[in-house]
Amino acid sequence: MAYTRQRPGINESADELRARIPGWGADLDPKDRPSIPKLRLHDVPGAHWDFPERQPEHRPRERSIEHAFLTPVFGTTCPTSGLSGVIRRYAYRRYSEGRAAHWLLLLGADRVDAWEHHLRSFLTLRPDNPITQTGVTSELSRGGLTSRLGQKRADRAHHLLDPVVVAGPWVAAVAALAVALRSAVRSRRR
Amino acid sequence: MRAMVYRGPYKIRVEDKDVPAIEHPNDAIVRVTTAAICGSDLHLYHGMMPDTRVGTTFGHEFVGVVEEVGPSVRNLTRGDRVMVPFNVYCGSCWFCVRGLYSNCHNVNPNATAVGGIYGYSHTCGGYDGGQAEFVRVPFADVGPSPIPDWMDEEDAVLLTDALATGYFGAQLGGIVEGDVVVVFGAGPVGLYAAKSAWLMGAGRVIVIDHLEYRLEKARTFAHAETYNFVEHDDVVVLLKRLTDHLGADVAIDAAGGEADGNFLQHVTAAKLKLQGGSPVALNWAIDGVRKGGTVSVMGAYGPMFSAVKFGDALNKGLTLRMNQAPVKRQWPRLFEHIRNGYLKPNDIVTHRIPLEHINEGYHMFSAKLDGCIKPLVVPDVA
Repeated sequence: MAYTRQRPGINESADELRARIPGWGADLDPKDRPSIPKLRLHDVPGAHWDFPERQPEHRPRERSIEHAFLTPVFGTTCPTSGLSGVIRRYAYRRYSEGRAAHWLLLLGADRVDAWEHHLRSFLTLRPDNPITQTGVTSELSRGGLTSRLGQKRADRAHHLLDPVVVAGPWVAAVAALAVALRSAVRSRRR
Repeated sequence: MRAMVYRGPYKIRVEDKDVPAIEHPNDAIVRVTTAAICGSDLHLYHGMMPDTRVGTTFGHEFVGVVEEVGPSVRNLTRGDRVMVPFNVYCGSCWFCVRGLYSNCHNVNPNATAVGGIYGYSHTCGGYDGGQAEFVRVPFADVGPSPIPDWMDEEDAVLLTDALATGYFGAQLGGIVEGDVVVVFGAGPVGLYAAKSAWLMGAGRVIVIDHLEYRLEKARTFAHAETYNFVEHDDVVVLLKRLTDHLGADVAIDAAGGEADGNFLQHVTAAKLKLQGGSPVALNWAIDGVRKGGTVSVMGAYGPMFSAVKFGDALNKGLTLRMNQAPVKRQWPRLFEHIRNGYLKPNDIVTHRIPLEHINEGYHMFSAKLDGCIKPLVVPDVA
């Protein structure tokens, strides 16, 4: 017990554990585990370069100001664009990763990005559909009720918030549009 | 090609996208045959990870067949069946040559605080992921490995992250024979961490979660002693009682940034995005481990600040260890354990979802419906 020098006992001996649990103790020696020793210098198989050849930069690529230069390899999916792109490029250009402003601007840009794409999708033959895209239909096919009812789950309370988080901005957007249209109609009548 | 595409928080759909092209001489294009949805994908799905752009394809757990290779690729040829670690890494930078593959400095221009990860936002390099028919794999000579003939494809896909991460979590705990190990979270990483703790000689493994079906899996798959935290007023006091008031020797946070157990923490992190993550499990780990003990953090957190009880960690003299797993470093040992029958990774797979229905798969996994523990994504099944 903690108040005396004896360590609390383990109920099972090593032999009992070995008999009960396949592989018990196979990695018993802490010095013989895959990531040990840490920071041992070694050649990584397959890396036949000292510094990798540079990937062509076909368009300006944003980067952290903590980097000396654009890394030789980088992802090219979804280049910055629109207002969200302006915010993102500013966040990268102005703030290091150590600043909360960097991450808060990027999170804000994510929300702007989503709305830019939602609005753009309404001009296409495949507009965003929050019902199918959220996969909420699986509540019916995957036991939404039975998975929750009678279960001692800590997440039931905030599950109720999910529809607010998802649908709230859409409802607010529709309401704002309705108000704007109504005031436009009224001002024309005057 | 068909690919899962992010459309904003909680919204995804499957779209036609261009097949990725070779962009660097050491790239390969891999046709994905099996992928998985990871618990950390849910942080992206919920809009928690900064710079997650609409149009991005998620998926950092995948295996497939090499379709095309760049001119400098020596180790792979078209038709090879490969498993691809979730880390994108060069193999030659300061970090890679020291074994820190997950901290590679040559693959992520967007951040220095994290390496490159497939399909994990621009904060992790802006690479598309494997929840698609094809994926670009940089440094094809370094990361991917042929899938051994004897290995089950589902086991291979679980080795690309979840199993390697769980094992790494136990390893960072510095477990010695007879240690009491507590694992917070009975998701895939927690289950593998609990199982791995025994391999390292733990004397007792305790798993804590709030989902009964996952605790049941922790008992049967990981031979663990389990507790549902909803049934206990105070998890920390529970742990002290269970350990003769000493505390566990090692605590592993396998829950990460959307942990439940404290409404305020969860809502401020997961819903309002005011924290990098909800550190409920991490705080329980800090308070539930013994003085001088070790906390290993495997759950994923975002780059923003989180309300962690750092003072308790200091005053208790704890060792806090964490990193994204350097996956390929774990593979030779894990291959051995699978061959010896000590580990059977795909015992935790509960769902195999066609790519076209991935939106429902994400909701099911996120809302923990239908006993979901680990969903795989199968592009070939219509």
